Parts: sequence; C-alpha cells; structure tokens
Amino acid sequence: MAERKITYREAIAEAIKEEMARDERVFLMGEDLGKFGGAFGTTRGLYQEFGEERVKDTPISETAIVGFGVGAALVGMRPIVEIMRIDWSTIAMDEIVNHAAKMRYLSGGKPELAMVIKTNAEGGLGLGAQHSQSFEAWFVHVPGLKVVMPSDPYDGKGILKAAIRDPNPVVFIEPTTLLSLSGAVPDEDYVVPLGKAAIKREGKDVTVVAWGTLLPKALNAAQTLAGEGIEVEVIDPRTLRPLDIDTIVDSVKKTGRLVVAHQAIKTCGVGAEIVAQVQEIAFDHLDAPIKRVATPDVIIPVNRNLERVVFPQEEEIIAAVKSIL
Amino acid sequence: MQLSKEDLLSMYRRMVAIRIFEMSLPRYFEEGYIVGTGHVSMGEEAVAVGACHALEERDYIMSTHRAHGHVLARGADMRVILAEVFGKATGCTGGKGGSMHVSDFERNFLGTSAIVGGGITLAGGVGLAIKMRRSNQVCLDFFGDGASNRGTFHEGLNLAALWKVPTVFLCTNNQYAMTLPQSKGCANLDISARAAAYNMPGYRIDGTDVIAVYETVKAAVDRARRGEGPSLIECITYRLSPEHSLRVATVAGTEYRPKGELEEWWQKYDPVKIFREKLIATGYLTEEGAKQIEAEAQREFEEAVDFAISSPEPSPETAFEDIYAPEGGD
Repeated sequence: MAERKITYREAIAEAIKEEMARDERVFLMGEDLGKFGGAFGTTRGLYQEFGEERVKDTPISETAIVGFGVGAALVGMRPIVEIMRIDWSTIAMDEIVNHAAKMRYLSGGKPELAMVIKTNAEGGLGLGAQHSQSFEAWFVHVPGLKVVMPSDPYDGKGILKAAIRDPNPVVFIEPTTLLSLSGAVPDEDYVVPLGKAAIKREGKDVTVVAWGTLLPKALNAAQTLAGEGIEVEVIDPRTLRPLDIDTIVDSVKKTGRLVVAHQAIKTCGVGAEIVAQVQEIAFDHLDAPIKRVATPDVIIPVNRNLERVVFPQEEEIIAAVKSIL
Repeated sequence: MQLSKEDLLSMYRRMVAIRIFEMSLPRYFEEGYIVGTGHVSMGEEAVAVGACHALEERDYIMSTHRAHGHVLARGADMRVILAEVFGKATGCTGGKGGSMHVSDFERNFLGTSAIVGGGITLAGGVGLAIKMRRSNQVCLDFFGDGASNRGTFHEGLNLAALWKVPTVFLCTNNQYAMTLPQSKGCANLDISARAAAYNMPGYRIDGTDVIAVYETVKAAVDRARRGEGPSLIECITYRLSPEHSLRVATVAGTEYRPKGELEEWWQKYDPVKIFREKLIATGYLTEEGAKQIEAEAQREFEEAVDFAISSPEPSPETAFEDIYAPEGGD
C-alpha cells in the first residue's frame, strides 16, 4: 500500500479532529479558527465537524482566550487554546506563566491542568517584526509548562495528540514555514511521546541539533556535506521541555562535535541551554568547541533580502560544521 | 428567599470567626509564625459571608490574594487554612502557596490568583466549562477595585457576557488599591456602571450590609443558573486593616489615608458591629448571646493556632512535587 502523504497543516487538523472525537472534554477556542479554518489553515473542517460549541471563535482577546482555557481546565475540561502568532503570546504571558503553569502547584496538586496552548512561530514569509518571531525559549524557562515544537507532519500529528492527552499545560508551537510541506502520516491512531528526541539522519562525524525552519535546512546541509564525505547526524529534539538531553549526549559521544541550529534569537536561545548541558555532561567527549547557528540579535525586517540575511540559512550550517572539523 | 433566624445567626457566627482570625494575624506575623506576607480583610466580612451564603454546595468560587475570609465563609476548616498561612505541611497546599493561595477543593473553592485581576478570566473559563457540561452550577469570582483597572477585567467580562457564561463577578471595592485611593485610580468611581458596556446587569451596593450582599448575589446567581449570563456586583466597603498587607504594615505608616478616615469607618461602617446591632434589634440575638458567639469563635481560632503551631514543617522533597501531574491519568 502506498504511503499516505498529507501536509503539516492537514496533520494538525487531523490530530485535533481525532482527539475531539475520542474525548468530549477536548474543545478548541481562538481567533478565526471556526468557519474560516484558522489563519494558517490548521483547523480547517473542524467547525463543520463539531459545531460552534466545541470549535469556538473568540474576539481578539488573547488574555481571555488563555485565561478562559486555564479556568476550564481547572475544573476538568481539556481545552486547546490558540494564540494565532507566538508574537502575541506576550498579551497572554501572565495567563500562561503565572496561571497555566502554576495553578496545579498553587492548589496543592489537586487539580490537573490539562490544556494545549497552540501557536504558530518563526519567519521567512516577509511578515516582519511582530509576526515572525520564535519565542520557544521564553516558555522553556517556565517550570510547570511542557514545550513542543515538532517539525514535520508525522511528528506534528503524533505530538499534538500526545499533548492533548497529557495532563499538563503544553505549549505546542508549529513552525509557520513548514505547514505546506507534505510527509508520510499513517491513517491509524498513533502518538509520538513527549520528551523524546528523534535522530532524523544518522552520521558519525558531527552532530547537528536543529528544529523548526532549521530542521529541513540542516537535513539539506547534511545531504550536501555527504557529497564531500562528511557524515552529519541530525537530531530533532521535538520536545524542548522536558529536553531529551540523553539522545543528544549519546550522539555527541559518537561524533565528538556539535552544532545547534535554530531560528530563534541566539542570545539565551534554547541552543544556549543545550550547549551548557552537553558541556556539563560530556565535556570529555568533545573534540571541538560547540557552534550555534541562530538569528543574530536583530529585529526581523520585512524586505526579502534583509530577512534572508538575518535568518540562518543552509550555508551557515555547512560553514559551522566545517569550522569544527 | 427570606433568610431564617438560623441562617442569620449562622452568617453572624461566620463573620465573627473571620474577624477574629484576621484581627489576630498581625501578632503572629510579628512573632514570625507567618512567613512572607498576608492580606487581612477586616471590613469585608459581610461580602465574604453574604456572597458565599447565596451559593449552593456544587457551585465554584475563584478568589484573590485577600481570600482568608472567602474560604472561611465557604466553610473551610480553619485549622487547615491557618496551617497554610503558617506555611505548614498540614496546610491546603502543604505550605507552598501560603496566605495568598488558600483553597478547598472539597468545597469547590478553586483557589486564588495573587496576580491582581488574574482570576477574572479564569472564573470566566470555569463558567464556560459549566455551560458546556450543562451542569447547572455557577462560578462566583471575587476581585477588588484595583483589579477592575486591569485588561483582564475588560477581556474577561466581555467574553463572559458574549458567551452568557454563569459567572458572577463580585468586586469588593475597599477603596484602596494597595495605597492608591480609588479616586486616583478610576476615571469613573462607579465600577458597576461598566456592566452596561458589556450588556450585563450591574449593581452597586453597601458591602457592609450582609443581607444586601446576600440578596444581590442570590439574584445574580439565580440569573446565571437560568442561563441568562453574568452580572457585575460592586460592594462598597472600606479596608479597615491599617495597611494593605502584613509585611507593608511593618515598613510603612498610614499617611496615605486622610487623617481620621480609618477611625471614622471603624465607627460607622464596621460590618460585624452593624450586623450584631441589627440582630439584637430584631430580637434574634442578645448581648449575652453575642458574647458567647465571640467566645466560641475565639476558641475555634485558638484551636487552629495550636494545630498550626504543632503541625510539622513540610519535608524538603515536597519542594519538587506537584509541578507536573503524572502522565497516564487520562
């Protein structure tokens, strides 16, 4: 039987559809995700399937969207709340950081707070300073949250299903640049467990850890480098909190060299945390300094040439790999 | 619904118990039993007791950093609440939440947000869950005049009214947001007037009159239960505690209030005294009976103190617990 291929955005809609059918406590709320199907098309067909009671269009009120979700979760519902762009999670930061992450702890561990905060991040579409950012590190910094950022249709569907079933608040970040990409996604029910990295390509010379927009670029770079006899191992952490550092360290023990690549700003990005943990655990296995490929400390411009200059590209990954060989 | 003599006396007992609890805390703070801080609610007892009396057992409550009175009015075990305020293992969160995070899940008291205005949207979400489950419950949300200036108030009340969720928004206007008088914080002193902007009923009532609070909240709760949506109730009170919090009381004076204001409100608007006089005037209570109720409340508090002081400290490993729920619970 031929493998079924669907896009990342279709995989997301399918995951939500299956979980809503499986568990009547699951519902969806956010801006323009009903009849319209979502600004990025990731909720297409759900309103038609489940109706307006379980697929709720909200006003432009990010604070209330997340706050209502936390309240509903506190009494046993399993909301999926959508912040259309991660750039606007700033408006709901108190609800995410001080409430979603802490209400269980502050209530003596009695309630579960099962909710998914679904959002869209990264740039490359010329959307500029307030529609192109990658804030995953902000949420990774908050105990009480889980943070996932899957980078292909298979992982997107399986991880979103696991996030919806998880009894904790999970920030689900979909990379905007990857939503139109197709990949093999089986028909049957499956989940991809949270907290598990994936080795996306095996290699023995250098480990490249990458996610989001940078994952396909890392895989392309690995392909190019293979032509020059350099075997790159590419790891996608998939879950950023809790981070599967073991899989990364095991790979570094094999290769002795590490590059971390992400589209988020370099300073205090999740790459910095990975570098710190790897040197704490596996310093003796490193044969070269660890390199980071990330967006420099700039504000994201709209102009195509300027945007290309600030966002890391495949060539920079290739250069980083070569610089430590 | 007409309140019976038993109802009224039970409400009075609760108010006295809360008053004694709150009045006693500064001493225990000074003696080092209370870590961090605490926010007492003298002057607001009629709001706590009147509002909670209007609820059914199945209904939910969401509250704030100043919530001792609310949770005690709901019927929580005073020993467990004081143990929490003292940071002990026997407290409702095992000493991790402290005074600002009292809760009682057995009584559907869902806890608090100590971010001013943080609970408003959560209470709206509780109402949404009730509505989706058609469970015929109501959520009562306590917050203060300071919270009414947060964006959460606007977003939360708009969405709650838009979706007609069964949440009653109860603003205890104690006239000060920390040290800022309401006249320096609200362009319109009538907070209840904002209800019109959200197409919901708004009430502005005397928050020192426990019967008025009960009757107004009951009407709003009944309306919410009928599926007609939320209401906004503003209860005018006065923060009779000299300071905003126990900690601030140790470092600052009361210069931010006009001279004589505090004393005047204690004389004219003490809700416990007002209710006592009303009960005596109606013949439901005698001076002797009132003294007995005070003595009983004092005894209840002293038992709670003994319990809290003799309770163990939380064990160190609990600092790492309750951050995540174990997987597989679904």
